[in-house]
Amino acid sequence: MSERARIAALHLAVIALLFAAQFVLPAYHHGIVSRVMVLAVFAIGYNLVFGYAGMLSLGHAMFFAAGMYGAGLPVYHGGWGIGPAFLFGIACGAVLAAGIGLLALRTSGVAFMIVTMMFGQVAYLLALWFGDWTRGEEGLTIAQDLRVVGPLDLTDPTTRYFVALALFSAALLASLALVRSRFGRTLVAIRENEERTRMLGYDTFRTKLAALTVSGALCAAAGAAYALLFGYMGAGFANVPYSILPLLWVLVGGAATVIGPFVGTLAMFYLTDLSNDLLNRNFPDWDISALGIVGLALVLLILFFPKGVMGTVRARWLPWLP
Amino acid sequence: MGFGPYLLLATLEGLVMAAVLALTALGLSLVFGVMRVVNVAHGEFFMLGAVLAWAVSNAVGGHPAIGFLAALVVAPLAVGAVALASERLVLRRLNYNPEATIVATIGLLYILQQVALTFYGADARPVVAPFNVRLQLPWFGYSAYKLSVIGFSLLLLGLTWFVLTRTKIGLIMRATQYDRETATAFGIAVDKVYAGVFVAGAMLAAIGAVLVVPIRQAHYLMGHDPLLLSFIVVIIGGLGSLRGTMVAALLVGLSDGILSVFFSPTLAKIVATTAVALVLVFRPQGLFGTAQR
Repeated sequence: MSERARIAALHLAVIALLFAAQFVLPAYHHGIVSRVMVLAVFAIGYNLVFGYAGMLSLGHAMFFAAGMYGAGLPVYHGGWGIGPAFLFGIACGAVLAAGIGLLALRTSGVAFMIVTMMFGQVAYLLALWFGDWTRGEEGLTIAQDLRVVGPLDLTDPTTRYFVALALFSAALLASLALVRSRFGRTLVAIRENEERTRMLGYDTFRTKLAALTVSGALCAAAGAAYALLFGYMGAGFANVPYSILPLLWVLVGGAATVIGPFVGTLAMFYLTDLSNDLLNRNFPDWDISALGIVGLALVLLILFFPKGVMGTVRARWLPWLP
Repeated sequence: MGFGPYLLLATLEGLVMAAVLALTALGLSLVFGVMRVVNVAHGEFFMLGAVLAWAVSNAVGGHPAIGFLAALVVAPLAVGAVALASERLVLRRLNYNPEATIVATIGLLYILQQVALTFYGADARPVVAPFNVRLQLPWFGYSAYKLSVIGFSLLLLGLTWFVLTRTKIGLIMRATQYDRETATAFGIAVDKVYAGVFVAGAMLAAIGAVLVVPIRQAHYLMGHDPLLLSFIVVIIGGLGSLRGTMVAALLVGLSDGILSVFFSPTLAKIVATTAVALVLVFRPQGLFGTAQR
């Protein structure tokens, strides 16, 4: 097989596997995988900026929340249809990301991280400040009858799974195409040596801005889908932990790999779930929270496993892995 | 109460805030200045200091002043030990790579929160102030303890300034900050300087926390605000500049105190955070700093 065919086959196989899994998974895991696929889109969006372009952002929750509120609030307050609301959510994320990028991309490295964290914090505070519309941390539930589009009832688990799979497949293939294009290679060049890339005549600012905008749109798509599929939106999704989770997922799965974000999201979801249960059953008065496990995972990963699962696979066995 | 007394009260509250903030932010600024890494877990060292202060003062018993003084000694030392362990076990192994350090200290942040939640619990608990005297001002009585916090903080800031500018230790630290390689060439054990600076930074945060627990209760999630405010102070003051940090702490502490008396704290935070992000975007060297080499 040529390299091109191999890559296409691998990614289509992942999608086919998820398609087949729907028929065999028990109800509980069925629900988890739907959720993981939506959140993996969030991680895919984050990976574009963090993995490929090498920019450490700590404010990506604001793009997720922009999509979530951009899609959810018009449905909840304005009675919009699901389709237009979803698109509007994505547009909100893209516009926000472009606006933030115009400011934040004037900085780089540590300053970029602090600036994005601060803008993310402002977005979270704004969600609290407009509590009359968002109901802050408590959040809003979108009624069941509002989440029907044509023949599709988004509250039905099977429909939900397939919609999530469709969104995930689109995001996966889009990111695959993107990182293998000239644009994607320019991003990697910027990550490796921005000065040299600029010297070679590339407009690095514009490339980074485009990457951040696409990333914002992807994260917003995940947020919008989350609100519409699971019927809940709350300010908690705009807070700091939701900026750190995609970082964790991408690190676990392998930064700058196309499947990595999904692998990482799936692995961390089950790892936190299982270890949480296990620890709380054996040490009931220890108050173990998911964030404690996340913290330990982050430290151990960065110390002993910085390439993540797919990054290690690429380094050891499959050098062609995109 | 008229406007004048109201403003005086807000200013006093702001000054107390600024005093504690200056210590905490100075710790962050030292670490960033010398080691060139951002310690995202800095707020958790603050939290740990507060929680340990409660534990120590509770264990000692007797007159509140004895417990408080014990806490003022024990809590920073214990936090320093935790900082030393995390520096040796994590940061040094990452070779102080800026981005890896950020990820690792985020992890540390959640681990420390989890430890506090497990061993201290989710309740907010107060520490009794070492003395309970009210000074009678023209319009209202004001806690003498709070005023003494300002004094103690100034003393400690002065001491830090003295160490940094007038002693050999300070000279070695500044040399390391200025040029790591040349410092190594002159026989400075950069590795040890880093460990020392990281521990000192964490201890400054812990001392600030011990001072604050008689005013605000200790809670396992209390580290978030000091971290964000310290970032703000360090950015406005210019990363790694001691004088800038002090001026900025005064500015931020005062305006935070005054704004949150007159406006909604959420709105005050929104405005302040946006303003600071814009400062960092348009004037990365800070309002008082000079451009880096």
